[in-house]
Amino acid sequence: MLRDKDRIFTNIYGLQDVSLEAARRRGDWKGTAEFIAKGRSWLVDEVKNSGLRGRGGAGFSTGMKWSFMPKEIGDRPHYLVINADEGEPGTCKDRDILRHEPHKLLEGIVLACAAVGAHACYVYTRGEFFREAEALQTAIDEAAAAGLLGKDACGSGWAVDVHVHMGAGAYICGEESALLESLEGKKGMPRLKPPFPANVGLFGCPTTVNNVESIASVPEILRRGATWFAGLGRPKNTGTKLFCISGHVNAPCTVEEEMGVSLRELIETHCGGVRGGWDNLLAVIPGGSSVPVIPKSVCDSVRMDFDSLQEVKSGLGTAAVIVMDKSTDIVRAITRLARFYMHESCGQCTPCREGTGWMWRMLERMSVGDAALEEIDVLDDVTRQVEGHTICALGDAAAWPIQGLIRHFRPELERRIAAFHESKTRKVA
Amino acid sequence: MSTNNAPMCGQPAEFAFSAENAAEAKRILARYPESFKSSALMPLLTLAQDQIGGWLSKAAIDHVCDLCGVARIQGYEVATFYSMYNLQPIGRHHVQVCTNISCWLRGSDEILETCKTFLGIGVGETTADGLFTLNEAECLGACVNAPMVQIDRDYYEDLDRNRIEAVLLALKAGTAPKPGPQNGRRSSEPVTGLTTLEPDAAGAKAGGA
Repeated sequence: MLRDKDRIFTNIYGLQDVSLEAARRRGDWKGTAEFIAKGRSWLVDEVKNSGLRGRGGAGFSTGMKWSFMPKEIGDRPHYLVINADEGEPGTCKDRDILRHEPHKLLEGIVLACAAVGAHACYVYTRGEFFREAEALQTAIDEAAAAGLLGKDACGSGWAVDVHVHMGAGAYICGEESALLESLEGKKGMPRLKPPFPANVGLFGCPTTVNNVESIASVPEILRRGATWFAGLGRPKNTGTKLFCISGHVNAPCTVEEEMGVSLRELIETHCGGVRGGWDNLLAVIPGGSSVPVIPKSVCDSVRMDFDSLQEVKSGLGTAAVIVMDKSTDIVRAITRLARFYMHESCGQCTPCREGTGWMWRMLERMSVGDAALEEIDVLDDVTRQVEGHTICALGDAAAWPIQGLIRHFRPELERRIAAFHESKTRKVA
Repeated sequence: MSTNNAPMCGQPAEFAFSAENAAEAKRILARYPESFKSSALMPLLTLAQDQIGGWLSKAAIDHVCDLCGVARIQGYEVATFYSMYNLQPIGRHHVQVCTNISCWLRGSDEILETCKTFLGIGVGETTADGLFTLNEAECLGACVNAPMVQIDRDYYEDLDRNRIEAVLLALKAGTAPKPGPQNGRRSSEPVTGLTTLEPDAAGAKAGGA
């Protein structure tokens, strides 16, 4: 278990004061200017060496992403955009950072701006997070008044302006290019890539888009050194991570743990165990609604990191662990997610726009058994026609939960279909 | 994609920002480069919606588009795409019940039913006294505090039948119920007690670092 002294987010529950003064007592904003003085390449390399992988779901190396920005600042300014459009079902970690640890995020923003050559940062916050945006704005005002932001941020000589920009209710804006479209005042429809944002991003300028948790982790990584962070977790899956455990556990919570912690330890140590005991577990969605479900047999031994979960054909995603005990109607659960993706498809690509509705209607029938046995394979085939055939990953995200359901719970689908037809035959007789 | 296809009829003919909001609009526009005033479109639509009292009239969308220097069709596109823009009047309190997976696993069906029964309306409807509009929402990002409901700007979390009734009753009586978890916990920590960050954790860390 991760020791308290190795935790980054020491006020994640807001049990202590959130103000700048209190944040400083906890160690925030310490030595920021000195890190900036070491230069862009030092900042990029240190984060690269720490092994930090993006905490927004895709798990791409944060330092690597920074290194894609042009080395010289040309006639187009560089931008940093923070993705605080947290909306992946099961995920509520960035919310806690925004409202309880805003200064970690702001200090990270200053450092990241210096690393990518940006003087302006927009924090794109989901529209429903009114209170979280207020908390962040309060922190921005405090930091600006103290000279930590502005023309000479932290006395480093580097100018950083931070603006909060609120969305208005669209899951797709969590996709980075849809977010940029939205930030330009348009519908949140993902862009074709290339060009990538590092080349043509916000306002046609080089842009880096990072998740809240990734950036809020950066100051502590620099203070303690890349080797400290890289020494936690496992190779290629380093550091600590905020896990949000929801659903059928005795005490749902958000908790910072070491990468690679076993799923069972995570649930039993921090969440009071599965409701009714470990043997009452049916399945877990380990990384937010977009990753495939894993059955208890896999949960028994799996470790919570990017590569371990990929090995069992699922993913760490946002590390939102959704626990389902044996009372769960698993087909209904996945059907609910299918409805979500239908609602949130932006409508741009035909396979996703038509496919998400088609898959949901099919699952609605299957959840009561009103289908033919062969249709299970048809459904599986349709998920594969959607997956990989769309501009953004929402099509994949809609397909994977259904593939997981068929992979692990096909007998349940078959049982329902058989029971439905049997009851129908009996009625006729 | 929100398919908010409300008919644009019974519309007020004009819209203008109040003096206070006009000043705020100016501050919002100043956040973006001069050549990208279109970026202010969404924040200004939100500001207009707040001023009107929870919904956006066609005149308001037109006014905001003109301020941002974008074609009006862009304003209509944006206003119909995002789920938080209401294109017809709503009740004074907008009750949005999250029914996505984490809330569903912990009883959001019961919360939604309780709201329907208590308010005497269905999803998408407004009470006769104009006090409440009820809607289902997709994941609102408070999953470890499920089931939860957003009412106006606040989240009410860790609900059950009695707790949501108490919240609605308070609003009906014109008082402000306390937002956040309704089961006594501070925020997203385990309700059974802390497993990390024992009170001296921050101090211990400062000493160890």
